[in-house]
Amino acid sequence: MTEPVIELDGVSKRFSRKQDVFGLLATRMGLAKRPPEVRAVEDVSLRIMPGEVVGLVGESGCGKSTLGRLVAGILPMSDGRVLHRGRDMSTLSAKERKRATLSVQMIFQDPYASLNPRMRVADIVGEAPRVHGMVEGGYQDYVAGQLRQAGLDPAYKERYPHQFSGGQRQRIGIARALAVRPDFIVCDEAVASLDVSIQAQILNLFMDLRDRFNLTYLFVSHNLAVVQHISDRVVIMYLGRVVEEAAVADIFKRPNHPYTQALLSELPRIDVRRKAFSAIKGELPTPLSPPSGCHFHPRCPFAMPRCSLERPRLREVAPGQRSACHLNDLN
Amino acid sequence: MSTVEPAVATPTLEVRNLQTSFFLRSGLARAVDGVSFTVGRGKVMGLVGESGSGKSITGFSIIGLVDPPGRVHGGEILFNGRDLTKLSETEMRRLRGNRIAMILQDPMMTLNPVLRIDTQMIETVQAHDRVSKSDARSRARDALGMVGIPSPEERLSSYPHQFSGGMRQRVAIAIAMLHRPDLIIADEPTTALDVTIQSQILAEVQKLAREFGTAVIWITHDLSVVAGLADDVAVMYAGRIVESGTVDDVLDRPRHPYTRGLIGSIPSRITQGERRLHQIPGMAPSLLALPKGCAFRARCPRAAAVCETPPEISVPAPGRTLRCFRPYDVELVS
Repeated sequence: MTEPVIELDGVSKRFSRKQDVFGLLATRMGLAKRPPEVRAVEDVSLRIMPGEVVGLVGESGCGKSTLGRLVAGILPMSDGRVLHRGRDMSTLSAKERKRATLSVQMIFQDPYASLNPRMRVADIVGEAPRVHGMVEGGYQDYVAGQLRQAGLDPAYKERYPHQFSGGQRQRIGIARALAVRPDFIVCDEAVASLDVSIQAQILNLFMDLRDRFNLTYLFVSHNLAVVQHISDRVVIMYLGRVVEEAAVADIFKRPNHPYTQALLSELPRIDVRRKAFSAIKGELPTPLSPPSGCHFHPRCPFAMPRCSLERPRLREVAPGQRSACHLNDLN
Repeated sequence: MSTVEPAVATPTLEVRNLQTSFFLRSGLARAVDGVSFTVGRGKVMGLVGESGSGKSITGFSIIGLVDPPGRVHGGEILFNGRDLTKLSETEMRRLRGNRIAMILQDPMMTLNPVLRIDTQMIETVQAHDRVSKSDARSRARDALGMVGIPSPEERLSSYPHQFSGGMRQRVAIAIAMLHRPDLIIADEPTTALDVTIQSQILAEVQKLAREFGTAVIWITHDLSVVAGLADDVAVMYAGRIVESGTVDDVLDRPRHPYTRGLIGSIPSRITQGERRLHQIPGMAPSLLALPKGCAFRARCPRAAAVCETPPEISVPAPGRTLRCFRPYDVELVS
């Protein structure tokens, strides 16, 4: 059996306000409460196999971007482990860890904010490989090659990011990520800010690059249509927890979790005309005080008393399909 | 409440040959160039296009909010039969926010961050109707309730930052609805929202059009939303409407190569598992340097020598317009 490129084992991330000395002291002495904690990601386990495209879907504030950042190693996690090709990142030697970190790269949503406006494109793309000694042949040639790969004319390499359109900027971000020859890429809403025709170009580029370099993607997005197009497997998150996970065809054909069902039924489709829009009642609760038991129960049309008491575990409901819902225990 | 009684059979809005340009030092940018369309009572029209296609400027032109160096310099905007381009600023102010309202992509552009919601809504009511403050307040409360904001009485005394993004957008819609306008121009109001919140907003808009006969112009780049919401659709490219008609006609039988390209580049269940999307090569041209003739020529798979002259509007079928020399034949694409 092949080994997963990335494996998450019970990963959690909590954010809380930093306390000063007096605050800490007051808390220690029982005079003050601990500052509130946001559980952005709660006990997520996930395996991503080589060459797979995994779509990570959820509403704003569900923790999908945080999870992406944990995978990419940008954020430290509060609990759990991330295994890279079967090895725990935290047990690696400094040298090995550097290699492992480099092999996981990230592409961000906003190409306006994620590129340094004062650096030339050549330096944005070439800085990391030069520092890490990955440049083979001439530096200029290497940068030109990387730009060409991402569909940019190398003649533009002396330009600054503001001289490019949104789609081209996203290509610069892709070239930068690929320049250190990663095998795993986290795309955080990488096409969300682009026009449809440009979005199609970038999605096609992602697939071409995957074939060429044997890349594995974690594709974080709130756009279900994009995820359906690009992914092999889909993971649905709600308030920090994974509620359902399945192959793309299965999840769209027979979604198991009520939240997934609601999400899919509200997805506008070009072939659905004069739809009666309805929507899930209520809004995403604040992660500062998530509902008890199943996080979705206040909005769930099928909620039972048990749902507010006990957290449902993710369990297999069909081959390759896992869902966290108490309804599955009824039959 | 309404001062203008629409005559029977007069459409709420009829735009004829609208010209809006930006007079820049670097040249003349024709943002809207000869745009014509009609929106009837209770109808939703989707105005679709990519960034820079002129769809938002068309909306701003109708409500009279194009700022210099931009100017509406040609055409007619007939609103319930009255030409808005001929109105004085005072007359326009009487209509704006009263009979015509606009919803913007970012609700914080509508809402004042330092004023409570009730202050802003009461101000809007009293700007057009002579009513007491308490009457205005109760109207504001009803409007909030209608867009599905829970406990509207308490929420009235909140500040905008105390609402979530979706709730803020609903407040903006409630403000737009305060005077039961005849026309609402919605400029990408759900683009920044999640699917679930988006459908709540779309449901409100549908209700509005059906129950109060409000005509809606829904400006968006998302054809899937238009498919579910609109009756008619107009596709804009580089300041011009290249194709228009009923949603079923245009989306099922697109004839303009750009429309067809747009539809093909949408990821959907049809493209699931397929590795590549159809892509339109290149990108939208700058309005300051439009190619001669058809602006889409450089990206068009069917371009020929004839396309170097500007294509005129043709009417291939009743209710359908097309601006193309070499359109695709009518055939079903599914």
